[in-house]
Amino acid sequence: MSDVSQPAAHPPVTDWVNDFDHTDPQWTDDPFPIWEELRAASPVVHTERFLGCYMPTTYEAVREIANDTEHFSSRRIIVRDVRPEVARNAAPPITSDPPVHKPAKQLLLPPFTPDAMKKLEPRMRAICNELIDGFIADGKVDAAARYSKYIPVQAIAHMLGIPESDSDLFINWIHMILELGIKDESKLLEAVQEMSAYFRTHIEERRSRPTDDLISYLMNAKDKEGQPLEESHVLGSLRLLLIAGIDTTWSAIGSSLWHLARTPADRERLIAEPGLIPIAVEELLRAYSPVTMAREVVKETTISGCPVKAGNMVLLSFPAANRDPKMFPDADKVVIDRRENRHAAFGLGIHRCVGSNLARMEMQVALEEWLKRIPDFALDPAGTVTWSQGTVRGPRQLPFLLGKAM
Amino acid sequence: MTERLRVHVDPDKCQGHARCKALAPELFELDEYGNAHEAGDGVVPEGLEDKAWLAKSNCPEIAIDVIEE
Repeated sequence: MSDVSQPAAHPPVTDWVNDFDHTDPQWTDDPFPIWEELRAASPVVHTERFLGCYMPTTYEAVREIANDTEHFSSRRIIVRDVRPEVARNAAPPITSDPPVHKPAKQLLLPPFTPDAMKKLEPRMRAICNELIDGFIADGKVDAAARYSKYIPVQAIAHMLGIPESDSDLFINWIHMILELGIKDESKLLEAVQEMSAYFRTHIEERRSRPTDDLISYLMNAKDKEGQPLEESHVLGSLRLLLIAGIDTTWSAIGSSLWHLARTPADRERLIAEPGLIPIAVEELLRAYSPVTMAREVVKETTISGCPVKAGNMVLLSFPAANRDPKMFPDADKVVIDRRENRHAAFGLGIHRCVGSNLARMEMQVALEEWLKRIPDFALDPAGTVTWSQGTVRGPRQLPFLLGKAM
Repeated sequence: MTERLRVHVDPDKCQGHARCKALAPELFELDEYGNAHEAGDGVVPEGLEDKAWLAKSNCPEIAIDVIEE
């Protein structure tokens, strides 16, 4: 008999078109050829795994679903083995549908505008340089563990007003919710409870000593009727900001450095033309989009000619959409100066990532400061690159050799 | 006489990706939520035509029109 605390491993996939699984090691390691195969088969594919799940494979099908909140609900946004009970105020606004979505979203937008992010930029540059100071003399580094991870952790901790020294706690909760929680609901629930308890303590502290951070901002926010938000709403949004602010940008910065380590021509071009970095950031976001979301079909409909039935989940793969050759010429290549780039890395429609301006700023600063100080670097042949599984894809071990003497 | 261009953001489609503001800051403004609208009457000053087309072709929501007048 199997140990109930260890969820069953998924059987390996032998038929991707009819039995896809985004947690399969092959997908984690190199999803791009799989997406190509699925796209060649149909604009929408289906698997019986995860209690039934579709995946749109083209940019157009992804756009249709993202813009159709009537048939596709955000009440569940992660494809898991089970369907945990839908909680009220799970993580507003990302788990909200119209009409409650808009006011919850509008509450979070002002602190994340491009102008607000500009004020944070000098601090982020200093953080990047402090991190580089910590390893540059060693001649080698795990860039995922010692660089790309701590940039978003420090940014979001600063904005929320929680100690950066708690970062290992945050990383562990996120791992439990986004990776282990796909197959083990108890890990998901445990992490959510711990996070809520953590934020309750910080809320209590601010009742007597208000602060100038996002926790106080949400505590003082009012809803449409001028009433304070319910505590569950405040906690849900705080959990969302912490979860969504870390793994995602950690992955995006890591994948960008991974690409530059393997592509000296792009590295040299960005060093020679630093003004190109914002354009390059968009292309790296397209080619290595970290975030795959989900929807739940709540009403039967048709997407790109394919019938979809209620009760199934939808793996809403913005990363696969961004590799659709019908939308992007040379979709499978990184074109570092790509000028026309309607990529969907931050989603499409009403659920556009609230932190997109923060993520872009972090990526730009992280690449600029790294390339200024470490123009030459390569993958360490003695090490192994590993990738996170499931909802957010990015390197979790990224061993580099630094400098020319490689 | 050469045609002049005018840009327009459809407020119902804009979701605040802010790509237009990054690529053509002279032609677009953002509100307190980060959603975009055209600067002034949207008329594109001479020399900024390329930026107008660039903003249009980078909007993920297809919310920007460039009108040739």
